[in-house]
Amino acid sequence: MVAAPFRYQRVTSFEEAARALRERGEDAKVIAGGQSLVPMLNLRVARPEWLIDINPVGAGPIEDRGGYLRLPALTRHRAVEEAEVVRRRCPILADAAARVGNVRTRTRGTIGGSLAHADPAGELPCVAVALGAEVTVQGPDGARDVAVDDLLVSYLTTTLAPDEVVAEVRVPTLGPRSGWSFLEMTRRSSDWMVVGVAAVVELDAGGTVAAASVVIGGVAERPWTVPAEVLVDLLGAAPEAAPLARVAERAAAMLHPDDDVHASGAYRRRLAAVLGRRALAEAAARAGGDGRPVR
Amino acid sequence: MSDPSRQRVAFTVNGERREAWVFPHDSLLDVLRDDLGHHEVRYGCGEGVCGTCTVLLDGEPVSGCLLLAVQADGCSLTTVRGLAPDGDLHPLQACFLRNGAAQCGFCTPGMLLTAWALLRREPRPSRERIRRELTGNLCRCTGYSKILDAVEEHAAQAVERTGGHA
Repeated sequence: MVAAPFRYQRVTSFEEAARALRERGEDAKVIAGGQSLVPMLNLRVARPEWLIDINPVGAGPIEDRGGYLRLPALTRHRAVEEAEVVRRRCPILADAAARVGNVRTRTRGTIGGSLAHADPAGELPCVAVALGAEVTVQGPDGARDVAVDDLLVSYLTTTLAPDEVVAEVRVPTLGPRSGWSFLEMTRRSSDWMVVGVAAVVELDAGGTVAAASVVIGGVAERPWTVPAEVLVDLLGAAPEAAPLARVAERAAAMLHPDDDVHASGAYRRRLAAVLGRRALAEAAARAGGDGRPVR
Repeated sequence: MSDPSRQRVAFTVNGERREAWVFPHDSLLDVLRDDLGHHEVRYGCGEGVCGTCTVLLDGEPVSGCLLLAVQADGCSLTTVRGLAPDGDLHPLQACFLRNGAAQCGFCTPGMLLTAWALLRREPRPSRERIRRELTGNLCRCTGYSKILDAVEEHAAQAVERTGGHA
């Protein structure tokens, strides 16, 4: 398998990337880490006329801005995985980044690319939605901020205009009484997840649940957020095993995942219930101080 | 159809400066193998999954099939030949040899480079850590346990070298 010919342009800023995209039209693709795009080129699933390489833009440091982390779009997964500030302030993000692909994927792949690629079985889109992350996208006429939840539409489909590129990602940090969990089932450890669950549980001073956020990946055309009317049953009560399991069961019962070569829809729904229960329990335990360090 | 023209790229391979004229769609793997004669970098899957085309890009493992050759311009590349520039086995290669950690040998260059990059970052990784790092390098002879043994032996030697105080 060899990629079909394309033309190639390097850019040194996101503004230049957006202008190049406008000039080249729909037949241009942005390449960041290339860990999803280049396989598609090699398989000739994608055959762009132009490749706009944003790697020369580079990535500055990950910054702690108080309530959130600011990550340049070209931050590699490996940097997210290893950054002390991420492990301390938003360990679920470091944990999810450590599970993306294999070591080579993580050396090269980027957080902005992962979100813009919008694979429904991707770890980072799932966690980004659960945390309420936001991106800044650059167009030829200016930048705008978009919640990742509003960015992701469907399989490899986003609300990015053809001449827009993700420039920056902002991920809320976890507070002192917040616990987290990210669990996934993969067929082999470097594979896409079959099903994954990102859960964040916040307790109040009395140890009852003040807030919860649960997003399930691999079960729909994009990361699926467990609705508030399901999670409401947890609020104001101690996070005990039985209600956590009931909520996970109710959420999973709302899913209608497709069958595919990796798993049947019924199995995915079952995984959603089991991983959902475990993730809620782990997040609640960590919120209560039973914290285990990120691996 | 587009009309791509070749571009000149220059990088170092195992410390030696090399140049090539490449099309934008040429993978680094193809250029290393076909243009520059580095047959130790091997095509496996073309999707970044198997690890047989692993090279080190500025010291970190990447899939040669997923990097465009034009993207390696100005970079420093290491293939498995770079581990033993004078022909003497690198200590990690000696561990592979002693442990019988190669059967057909097709995956071995990628295994060695991935393990070497890990050992340079973390001289004394646990077996579990080694296993996790090598998870993206497939051995179709399934000789995984001996590969883990070999890398673990090298890590144990690191302990001896430092008297247990790394």
